[in-house]
Amino acid sequence: MSNLGTEDNPLLVAIVGSGPSGFYAAEALIKSELHIKVDILERLPAPFGLVRSGVAPDHQKLKQAIKLYEKIAESPDFKLIANVTVGTDISIKELCDAYHAIIFTCGAESDRKLGVHGENLKGSYTATEFVGWYNGHPDYRNREFDLSDDVAVIIGQGNVAADVSRILSKTIDELKHTDIAQHALDTLAESKIKEIHVIGRRGPAQAKFTPKELREFGELLDCDPVVLKQDLILNSESARELAEKSNIASKKIYDLFCEFSERVPDTAKSKKCFFSFLMSPKELIGDSKLEKIILEKNKLSGEPFKQSARGTGETIELDAGILFRSIGYRGIPIEGVPFNDNWGTIPNDKGRVTNLDGNLVPQLYTAGWIKRGPSGIIGTNRACSVETVECLIEDLDKLKSDTIKPGAQAIYTILNKKKIRHISFDEWKKIDAKEIEQGDSKGKPREKFTRISEMLSVIE
Amino acid sequence: MTTIVTDNCKDCRFTDCVTVCPVACFHYDDVMLYIDPDVCIDCSACIPECPVQAIYEGDDIPEDKEQWIEINAERAPNLPVCEEQMDPLPGAEERKAALGF
Ligand SMILES: Cc1cc2nc3c(=O)[nH]c(=O)nc-3n(C[C@H](O)[C@H](O)[C@H](O)COP(=O)(O)OP(=O)(O)OC[C@H]3O[C@@H](n4cnc5c(N)ncnc54)[C@H](O)[C@@H]3O)c2cc1C
Ligand code: SF4
Ligand code: SF4
Repeated sequence: MSNLGTEDNPLLVAIVGSGPSGFYAAEALIKSELHIKVDILERLPAPFGLVRSGVAPDHQKLKQAIKLYEKIAESPDFKLIANVTVGTDISIKELCDAYHAIIFTCGAESDRKLGVHGENLKGSYTATEFVGWYNGHPDYRNREFDLSDDVAVIIGQGNVAADVSRILSKTIDELKHTDIAQHALDTLAESKIKEIHVIGRRGPAQAKFTPKELREFGELLDCDPVVLKQDLILNSESARELAEKSNIASKKIYDLFCEFSERVPDTAKSKKCFFSFLMSPKELIGDSKLEKIILEKNKLSGEPFKQSARGTGETIELDAGILFRSIGYRGIPIEGVPFNDNWGTIPNDKGRVTNLDGNLVPQLYTAGWIKRGPSGIIGTNRACSVETVECLIEDLDKLKSDTIKPGAQAIYTILNKKKIRHISFDEWKKIDAKEIEQGDSKGKPREKFTRISEMLSVIE
Repeated sequence: MTTIVTDNCKDCRFTDCVTVCPVACFHYDDVMLYIDPDVCIDCSACIPECPVQAIYEGDDIPEDKEQWIEINAERAPNLPVCEEQMDPLPGAEERKAALGF
């Protein structure tokens, strides 16, 4: 048999998950000098992962990353097999039999918990649910969010927390020409929220926003950002952190907070967004639903850049009807794939999957959030996927098999037997065109289908 | 709003920025890199990667660097795309030190 990676014996790779890391892995494989066939399996009928269902609807320009993914999908060596969940519809064994290598790029779709009493009260939600809901993700189509109280609290100070807070802070006019789901727009139109509190465990020098996202809060039509001057007093370790030349992003964030603290309140604006620091929720209180949050004040301790927050025992109460936690994400384990439960990731060495003892597992690779944990933005996944593909290609000799692998054909046979309707990229393009058409009359870039059945009906 | 590369990149051309660009919009000549504003999606991924802080986003461009908006827009489309990390130019480390990084 000819060598693996040649025209007669191409390297067959299955990628699990069609988010940025999946597409960048496909790109790196297709660009390599070997003959390679790449199939991306995706759980939903719609590809592109969090670029479609995470990135905020009012940040449309970022979604143009999809143009590059569409170009990758045009390659004759690429196939999308969507509407197929790996682990349930197709097993890892079936994938390993059909392909030489599998790359898991399935993201981090579950949330870290606060671990406090009352966390499961009605009114206490995860950012993931809310983001999925306003972005039209089918998993969250039937969620209901009660926005009738005037105070909302967001726990966490990263960009996802910024997205959630900004969506709650904006007027309908600021949102109606985005691709926000119609059901979300209707609910937000009835929102009574007047105060949004964005609460961080650590101080203003450690907030994880990007300057650009934070700056937007100074430019909202009907909402003023509020920061108390006394909250901006730094301990000497934090001052040293900000003086470090390489820490310019944190310095910019801090300067923006200072700017917000100097603002004369604009009484014409009906909403306020408060940024508060050094507090952690201790208990959520309410009878049938959330009414009050007990927050414990924190103190920082440790060396500069290694400061951690510790509770001081001092608490304050905040009346609030709704809370969103945005304190990190975890992957969801897939049957037959090692999983590190502490980190919520697939254990790996530069992208080569290992078991928990650190021994390599043949044929399996990983990239993106499920490899590194939920940090980094769209582009970060490109460098991450390139690293994984370099390892995979280095391992070519070990990936050889004695027989020709059947690739997608074997997968189609299994799916057809199970009567699972898989969706190709061309079929997705039809759904995509219909969404764009639906958005047109409303002045939106698209009106998403939010139910899998609706998407399927376009191509039946 | 645009994201631009400015003069700190000159003669050093560390290409850390390129590895994280989601849309491959960096272009290069013998001296430095430029961003094609028609392709860039302003995601800011490249900004913290640059060891000499040569990259600025639209709202944050210092006044004395504003001429670089036009320079990026003019030069980028006519130059080859830089998709992968390249070796830094000779003397890059010295220049980085001279810039105080
Ligand atoms: C709310 C939010 C806002 C963000 N905003 C920005 C932003 O403004 N700018 C920016 O640059 N980055 C942003 N990011 C980060 C960016 O979205 C991530 O870095 C990136 O999407 C991670 O890529 P990924 O491919 O690892 O995972 P994902 O994008 O999560 O892709 C994973 C894919 O795998 C699929 N999948 C999961 N399990 C299975 C299975 N068993 N079988 C088949 N398929 C499966 C999922 O359906 C999904 O399509 C944001 C993230 C979030 C959560
Ligand atoms: S990382 Fe900075 S110095 Fe290096 S090529 Fe990019 S912009 Fe230029
Ligand atoms: S802002 Fe984003 S898209 Fe633009 S050049 Fe930097 S990494 Fe590329």
